[in-house]
Amino acid sequence: MSTPYAKLPAWADYGLIPLLNLVVAFFVAGLVVLLVGESPFRAAAILIEGAFGRGQGIAYTLYYATTFIFTGLSVAVAVHCGLFNIGTEGQAYMGGLGVALTCLAFDSVLPWWLTFPLAILASAGVGALWALIPAWLQARRGSHIVITTIMFNFIAASIMVYLLVGPLKPLASQAPQTRLFLEGGQLPKLNWLIELFGGRVRSAPFNVSFLLALAMAFFMWVLVWRTRFGYEMRTYGFSPKAARYAGISETRIIILTMMISGAFAGMMALNPTMGDQHNVAIDFVGGAGFVGIAVALMGRSHPVGIVLAAILFGMLYQGGAELAFEMPAISRDMIVIIQGLVILFAGALEHMLRPQVQALFAVFSPRSVGIAAAAKDG
Amino acid sequence: MAEAAIELIGINKSFGAVHANRDINLEVARGSIHGIVGENGAGKSTLMSILYGFYQADSGEIRVNGHVKAIRTSNEAIAAGIGMVHQHFMLVDNFTVLENVILGAENDPLLMKSIARARSELVRLEREYGLQVDPDAVVEDLPVGLQQRVEILKALYRGAEILILDEPTGVLTPAEADHLFRILRQLKEQGKTVVLITHKLREIMAITDTVSVMRQGTMVATRETAKTTVEELAELMVGRRVLLRVEKGEARPGAVKLAVSDLTVRDARGVTMVDRVSFEVRAGEIVGIAGVAGNGQSELIEAIAGIRAAVSGTVLLDGRPIDVTGAADPGDLRERGLAHVPEDRHHVGLVLAFEENENAILGYHDHKRYAKGVFLDIDAIREAAKEKIEKYDIRPPDCRLKTANFSGGNQQKIVLSREMEQDPGVLVVGQPTRGVDVGAIEFIHKRLIAMRDAGKAVVVVSVELDEIRSLSDRILVMFEGRVVGEREPEASEGELGLLMAGVERRQAVE
Repeated sequence: MSTPYAKLPAWADYGLIPLLNLVVAFFVAGLVVLLVGESPFRAAAILIEGAFGRGQGIAYTLYYATTFIFTGLSVAVAVHCGLFNIGTEGQAYMGGLGVALTCLAFDSVLPWWLTFPLAILASAGVGALWALIPAWLQARRGSHIVITTIMFNFIAASIMVYLLVGPLKPLASQAPQTRLFLEGGQLPKLNWLIELFGGRVRSAPFNVSFLLALAMAFFMWVLVWRTRFGYEMRTYGFSPKAARYAGISETRIIILTMMISGAFAGMMALNPTMGDQHNVAIDFVGGAGFVGIAVALMGRSHPVGIVLAAILFGMLYQGGAELAFEMPAISRDMIVIIQGLVILFAGALEHMLRPQVQALFAVFSPRSVGIAAAAKDG
Repeated sequence: MAEAAIELIGINKSFGAVHANRDINLEVARGSIHGIVGENGAGKSTLMSILYGFYQADSGEIRVNGHVKAIRTSNEAIAAGIGMVHQHFMLVDNFTVLENVILGAENDPLLMKSIARARSELVRLEREYGLQVDPDAVVEDLPVGLQQRVEILKALYRGAEILILDEPTGVLTPAEADHLFRILRQLKEQGKTVVLITHKLREIMAITDTVSVMRQGTMVATRETAKTTVEELAELMVGRRVLLRVEKGEARPGAVKLAVSDLTVRDARGVTMVDRVSFEVRAGEIVGIAGVAGNGQSELIEAIAGIRAAVSGTVLLDGRPIDVTGAADPGDLRERGLAHVPEDRHHVGLVLAFEENENAILGYHDHKRYAKGVFLDIDAIREAAKEKIEKYDIRPPDCRLKTANFSGGNQQKIVLSREMEQDPGVLVVGQPTRGVDVGAIEFIHKRLIAMRDAGKAVVVVSVELDEIRSLSDRILVMFEGRVVGEREPEASEGELGLLMAGVERRQAVE
């Protein structure tokens, strides 16, 4: 067989291979830890203990995961249409503008459960509009979406800096951020959920936007696999020629998909602002948009995979913070290296171990790889 | 006879179930021009790819100048003195001629020396073979004829003694082709060996010394060109196989359903692929469009089906025009009763990564039957897919199976069932049985005849002459973008073959 991606049973494809990649990533990360003179096993224990050991850790892990679910969905939905949206970072940042405007306007008059839906619409709307421009340029002018979305990240950052040191900043303040939102602009915490299962949470930013993230994951599944629009999207993603044949408008499908992608990205802004800091501060996205690419890759662009991958990255963020605290030799930068390794092995080198796994399957269970059938045909 | 430059002995090559080369023996004399002819898919290109190291033969032996060579890569072929000029040029468009010539043959990390050597070598080649090209011209600015010359120079620069040309005149104007032939003769006089792959019999007669004919993966004959005729070669090429005759009654043509007039289509490079083509198709008849692949048939049906914009001309569907020069929407055409089975089912007609039932609605996904508001009606879709699987005997009968896992014949049935079951007034079918197993061919042919008998207008484009002859009520032959003749299906294979090969010849049919 000449095809590099021959069949594997689904459980191996979606379970075994990502797991093996993760093991390799942690193995190499372990070597790095060894290099700085610490015990990799103790480091791993601290990392996992820090992320899942106590209620407090779990709450933080899920808080980070919330952010990554949004950005992961944003990247994944575009991938289904064959588009690589690198602009999730900027779209999320601009989503913060939607949150800021809504909360600053309504937090004194409306309760949170009315401000929240408005903020959802505003953040999603601004994110979608920010994705609209590169989408239009791609669909109508052929400007490559990867290039334009990267550039739009910089433009978004500049605009937000301007707004946060200028119009959105309270007059007397020195800090580049909005004023604190009042009660109407603060999302309730979900820490009680963890306490329900016996965990103890002192204070953690885990909030209701987690539920919104899960709802959006479900929404994405429905959109991609159950609607006519999703069908057109996937057709275009797999084969633009087939889409043309089927009478699907290229312009429409690219623009709408990118706007949905931008909307998912924009909603990410809710979690750290209304959910945690209660203001919109400079650089609140902090690279979560790029982590979203890794999350989407690892989660195979499927909502279930994305939620799981987001929790994994949430664990790395939370456990990594603990690790940097417990082991002074391992600095914050080391954590970034470990995260980078996970991205490298689970994302970029996704198919690295595939040939070996396939060879193993071919030896031990030829039927599962379809070799027996092929031999019979020949 | 001179010593053999190339000997191929017992070459076999299979791709899956397709036996592309079967026990091929071939001897090419040194210092000769040897033609290899055959229909599309006869295995010519596979054979040459084996010789040039792109593929490995499953069995057999290659001898170059009497020595057994194992050619596993194109570098080994080059080392053995074999050069190849591909049908689609392998040039870097924004490099100069000189840069293209040394590409892959730069021997130093710095280019200075290589360039200087190449420049003087080009001057020598120019003198010896009349291969004039400006070494500093950028390739993309050159006309195709000169680009091809650069390909030949590349091969000669690498010391090729044996030059393989794959369909070299396909992209050339007649004048450019004549010039190429002069160059080839000069190469021959200098003692080089030339292997010319083509399906144009005229060229074979004009320039080769010896000609070998391939058909369905086997080498059926080798003749001295001087002692053969175009008629004999055409017969050898097309073969005398038993026709897969389909039972069919008289056609009862009705009203004109599809009227094409003066349709002109250019490809992305601006080359005219369809040149003022006009024809009509009536209800209740099958019009077959024959021709060697690449003579504009694909572009013609794509333009009619609204996938490719035409430059000029009109197409009337049921008397109402289709906007072929503008944004004809394939979706609208479907609504108006024009169904299209595209030639390329892998990339156009199907999405291979989809489940079977998802492909069974491609293009019809907006129909009320399959939709519940903005949602897909999954149950209805699967139910409809199951019906078609039953009716068209698609195997395995599993509508949740990934389309890529169906065989070629069953994939084609998925497309056909989708398009036919919409009950279109006009059905345009490209290569109905390409890559389809024998059992399915018969089934597909019967279905097409049934469509005709139900009063539909059917257009079939195929490179399989047998298929065209057994299906069609009228046959149009396309050559170089034009319809060069219309014949009854009773016309002899030889006659159609000549038309397809562009040989102008009137037979006294009256």
